[in-house]
Amino acid sequence: MNFPHEVVRWFNDPAHWRGDRGIPNRVFEHVQYSVCAIVAAVILAVPLAVWLGHRRQFGTIAMNVSNIGRAVPSFAILVLGTQLFGLLEYPVIGSFTTFIALVALAVPPLVTNAYVAVAEVPDELRDAARGMGMTEGEILRQVELPVAAPLLMAGVRTAATAVVATATIAAFTGAGGLGRFIIDGRATFVNEEIFAGAVLVAGLSLITELGLGGAQRWLTPRGLRTEIAAGRAAVVASPSTPEGKVRP
Amino acid sequence: MFLASNVDRWLWWDWISRNTELISSSFREHVILTVSAIGLGLLIAMPVGIAAARWRWLYAPSLVFTGILYTIPSLAAFALLIPVTGLTRTTALIPLTSYTLLILVRNVVEGLDGVPSEIKDAADGMGYSRVRRLIRIELPLALPTIMAGIRIATVTVIGLTAVAGLLAIPSLGNLIYIGQNRPIRTAITVGIALSIALAVAADLLLALLQRLLSPWARSRAAR
Repeated sequence: MNFPHEVVRWFNDPAHWRGDRGIPNRVFEHVQYSVCAIVAAVILAVPLAVWLGHRRQFGTIAMNVSNIGRAVPSFAILVLGTQLFGLLEYPVIGSFTTFIALVALAVPPLVTNAYVAVAEVPDELRDAARGMGMTEGEILRQVELPVAAPLLMAGVRTAATAVVATATIAAFTGAGGLGRFIIDGRATFVNEEIFAGAVLVAGLSLITELGLGGAQRWLTPRGLRTEIAAGRAAVVASPSTPEGKVRP
Repeated sequence: MFLASNVDRWLWWDWISRNTELISSSFREHVILTVSAIGLGLLIAMPVGIAAARWRWLYAPSLVFTGILYTIPSLAAFALLIPVTGLTRTTALIPLTSYTLLILVRNVVEGLDGVPSEIKDAADGMGYSRVRRLIRIELPLALPTIMAGIRIATVTVIGLTAVAGLLAIPSLGNLIYIGQNRPIRTAITVGIALSIALAVAADLLLALLQRLLSPWARSRAAR
């Protein structure tokens, strides 16, 4: 029997669709870890970074935090967390270690993108708003945030994709989620289970990426739409490079 | 009791000195994988980027395609390839290379786009052929942006190579995995510390290289 056939058979087995170890529950766990972590990270990072971007303060730190974050392997945070906190389970967020690690992973790109998004709003726009008698709060809410929305959402999208991908690795530290199929399949030498798990994870990541891409387009003010046709996350080089500016 | 406490120590020098072979081979594999992935990535991204800068309509599809590759989680990609290529370097190398493409292609195109049209006109006026203009004028001027992309790709790949270690592919990540499973905390410390050190060192080294390769950019930055 050939391998693709085995994979199809694995998916068709009703036993793999029921109970705690079934596909629906694993998808639910994966989404649960990811959504909780991203919501928490957005609440932690975005308001502060937007405010700093408005004041244009601490730019060097805000721009470099994602470079530092990139250097730390995401699953290193997971392993460290497991060693320090063990396997705590809480309602809503699920595995505590996974939650902390995923939040830590999502914060740096959110901070950098939110800061840059607001700080890069053209001075003419702010000056015009100020000249029209808007207060600082109004400028932030009615001018800077709408103009910053696409880049800000690009940060959320980058963070979310990274979180969904890393939630897979959480299974290595004993948590649930779609990574379980890959880990358990490896432990029991069931290759079709590994493959099925990988397909499910890749599918969920693509859905996340495309869904948030749609949200990003939808949140972009109509006048700005053509400018960010290729609107992926900002790639920020460290300011030590002369070209250390943002590339949307 | 004595043994248990040693295993729990974050830095157990005795274990490190007894396992220098394992540590150095993990480090070496990590470096080899990273360098190969960046090299292969450049080999693909340079022609694609140059073509996309020249023929605009190629740019959007190449971003979408590399974007999709970039979205596939590393662990899933490694796992998908194991039935095909086994537990070899190739299994790690294919996804790692594919992750560099989005960053590299984008920066090559943006770098070439950033070359002022006056300079290109001047080169045309001096009788430069298209190819010669690209090699002598446009690529050197795009270099800072391309190098910025290489730096980001390198640091990203170093982090992702660690994930390959989870599937028993030798790398610093494998050291962390061993530390988690046996368990020996010291192996976790060593794996994480070396992996961060490697990322920082590579970034600094590439930043230095970038400065050496584009001396004109320094005076521009100082203005």
